[in-house]
Amino acid sequence: MKKKLLGLPYYLWCLIFILAPLCMVFYYGLTDKNGIFTFQNVSAISSPEHLKALLLALVLSLIATFICLLLSYPLSMILCGMKKGQNSLMVFIFILPMWMNFLLRTLAWQTLLEKTGVINNILSFLHLPELVIINTPYAIVLGMVYNFLPFMVLPIYNSLAKIDENVIQAARDLGANSIQVFLHITLPLSTPGIISGITMVFVPALTTFVISKLLGGSKILLIGNVIEEEFTQASNWHLGSGLSIVLMLFILINMALSALFDKEGEGSFL
Amino acid sequence: MMKTTLQKIYMGLIFLFLYAPIATLMVLSFNASKTRAKWGGFTLKWYQALFRNSDILNALRNTLLIALVSSIAATVIGTAACISIMSLKKKSRTIIIGITNIPMLNAEIVTGISLMLLFLSLGLRFGLGTILLSHITFCIPYVILSVMPRMQHLSPYTYEAALDLGAGPVSGFFKVVFPDILPGVLSGFLMSFTMSLDDFIITHFTKGAGIDTLSTKIYTEVKKGIKPEMYALSTLIFVTVLILLILVNKAPGKEKGGVSK
Amino acid sequence: MSKKLIDLEHISKSYDGEQVLDDLNLYIKENEFLTLLGPSGCGKTTTLRILGGFATPDTGHVIFDGQDITKLPPNKRQLNTVFQKYALFTHMTISENIAFGLKIKKKSKSYIQDKIKYALKLVNLEGYENRMPDSLSGGQQQRIAIARAIVNEPKVLLLDEPLGALDLKLRQDMQYELIRLKNELGITFIYVTHDQEEALTMSDTIVVMNKGYIQQIGSPEKIYNEPENAFVADFIGDSNLLGGVMLEDKLVEILGVRFSCVDTGFGTNRPVDVVIRPEDVILDAPGKGSLDGTVTHLIFKGVHYEMEVTANGFEWLVHSTSMFPVGTRVSLHVDPFNIQIMNKPASEDEEAIPLEQQ
Repeated sequence: MKKKLLGLPYYLWCLIFILAPLCMVFYYGLTDKNGIFTFQNVSAISSPEHLKALLLALVLSLIATFICLLLSYPLSMILCGMKKGQNSLMVFIFILPMWMNFLLRTLAWQTLLEKTGVINNILSFLHLPELVIINTPYAIVLGMVYNFLPFMVLPIYNSLAKIDENVIQAARDLGANSIQVFLHITLPLSTPGIISGITMVFVPALTTFVISKLLGGSKILLIGNVIEEEFTQASNWHLGSGLSIVLMLFILINMALSALFDKEGEGSFL
Repeated sequence: MMKTTLQKIYMGLIFLFLYAPIATLMVLSFNASKTRAKWGGFTLKWYQALFRNSDILNALRNTLLIALVSSIAATVIGTAACISIMSLKKKSRTIIIGITNIPMLNAEIVTGISLMLLFLSLGLRFGLGTILLSHITFCIPYVILSVMPRMQHLSPYTYEAALDLGAGPVSGFFKVVFPDILPGVLSGFLMSFTMSLDDFIITHFTKGAGIDTLSTKIYTEVKKGIKPEMYALSTLIFVTVLILLILVNKAPGKEKGGVSK
Repeated sequence: MSKKLIDLEHISKSYDGEQVLDDLNLYIKENEFLTLLGPSGCGKTTTLRILGGFATPDTGHVIFDGQDITKLPPNKRQLNTVFQKYALFTHMTISENIAFGLKIKKKSKSYIQDKIKYALKLVNLEGYENRMPDSLSGGQQQRIAIARAIVNEPKVLLLDEPLGALDLKLRQDMQYELIRLKNELGITFIYVTHDQEEALTMSDTIVVMNKGYIQQIGSPEKIYNEPENAFVADFIGDSNLLGGVMLEDKLVEILGVRFSCVDTGFGTNRPVDVVIRPEDVILDAPGKGSLDGTVTHLIFKGVHYEMEVTANGFEWLVHSTSMFPVGTRVSLHVDPFNIQIMNKPASEDEEAIPLEQQ
């Protein structure tokens, strides 16, 4: 069958560039420098600095995900409520910042949040107290929310847009007021989008090292920073891979939970 | 029309939040004073310096080249793959789609280090080639996930009608099937281009020492202090993209919503 | 005998600059099966939506049981709607769908349980409590949509082309089901459709609409046998629509031939429209009837033969159980009682819709 052959380049690509590298991570993670099987790279997660980095990353990314959800849902509802022509313009406006380089956008927050930065300049002009956020976990959460907000908005917006207007009218016809319609109809039907959004924010937030480096200063280390340093500075690939395996565990748990709540696989980002 | 003032305020605040850093960068690009905190007067000198800075221009050229090549390659490989996937049995199809999702669901840092380890064990020299290979790898899923829904919604009957009327399988495809999936193909291409353009993490691990993209260049500058030429560059990029997107969205026959990232 | 339940007074509505309803006046009685019948865009669905509360009229009032409910939101009205595409809650079970309205009204658990059982029995879907809407066929989903609406004991049930997506046999079964339901529940049904056969089958009263205006209101027999204008004559059933001249009471000239008829009050020597149903045209040997012609088409339709006969320059549509082969010379005769005289259309909406637009 000619058709199947067309896919051959891609199937080979999958093998070489998706599956094989993953196997490498597992290989390095589960062996030591001499190629002998060991768990020490993975169990290294339990050492105090590593544990601290992981827990901090977990807490911050969960907070950031939650904030994104809280901000995105009303935003998506507002976007959905707008007329056709207007809402694509609005979506456009919210997507546009994504086109600015990710690093520069994050760096710009440094400028805004610095001790002598723009925000503090404005605050002192208004005789208000100084804002000391830079180089604290708060700044990192802010950076996470800023960068990943659109990834939460889009799936939720798509989910809400898919809801048939007739279903909402049927609920009202049967006596439901606006709050009841929201709780019993809108919210449950938008769950696939929420799940998708959570996944798209939580994973990058958990594993980031750039945001923590740029906005947290050199003292705040997240698990992403630890792994990055093992690879680029310490050249301890075994340890780095072992810690990555732990990370992947979290990602898998996230995927399993998503699949549980979104059985139809309806949640989509594209 | 937005219903209430409350909604308008909410949208406005989010708008402010999203554009504050961008506005800051744009303003700083005209700031005569090098320090970020003080305004030293209006100047265009950073823009001039930008065009004389070969380092930055090289990085820009690399970034654009890599984005173009990887997105084209990803689009071709991905679209061909979609045709093949459609003819697979359900089980195989689920497996392939599952594997396709891996780069998207996996953390970028893991994808980055895994590719790095692969290249090391293959003994490859790090450079433009390894960057391209990595970018194509994370771009293909976007193409596939853009094109597949289109292919699934196609009526098989239009293709059969073409064959019935005498078209060969290849020309039948290009005359009948391809135009229908074209929006998906273009969408996938644009998404690949965008993702590649902005990528930092994966490039960081797979580039080696000799080459830089814009993102990696910026990263190295962080410790030294960002050159204001960077602000000028980012402002230019933003404005260019803005104009491009406006043009694309005003073009006739555009699907609603424009391109999403 | 039945009292007026709903009064639509001077209802006008326009969308995007287009006038959809213009000064519509209509009253609906208790326990009536009333059908709004007309082609797409005639305003029937808009009227239904105004009744349901999903659209507000630009002018006019909706009076329900003596109360002005024009501005009342849908969830506060004592009507329930069966939507065209069912609009079932796909994330809830059948029971939860049916119970939805009752839970909002804070009915007790046992009351709800009993009602669900009763409703499912009524629509012949007992045992389906825990199924999901997606696992049901179109016809079953439609019945659940009906069940979900009627458990709330509305005074009026609004149905928006509910049978459109079903195949013929199922549609016919459902039509009888709906009549049975109406009689068992003893409530008013307001039904919207573009299918005139459906309207004729189920309704007590038909309201024929076109372009936002009511063309005629009447029982199915009256609408069919005595259409008041060309549009109604043409929209309902097959018809032979001819132009004629009313010479005097009970005498009309059609295609140069004089016909006795039973209508009076249409004036002297006035141009009128005449409608004659195909089944009322009697064919016989040439010379025996009012005018002669030739059979040009013949199709066997099972129930009858459908023939086209060209006579005096007009192509007559004839339904008959007798067969006349193509090319045969025949004569046509119509009983005076079956000749319906109508006034010429006074406005565009009263004209019959030409073939290209249908």
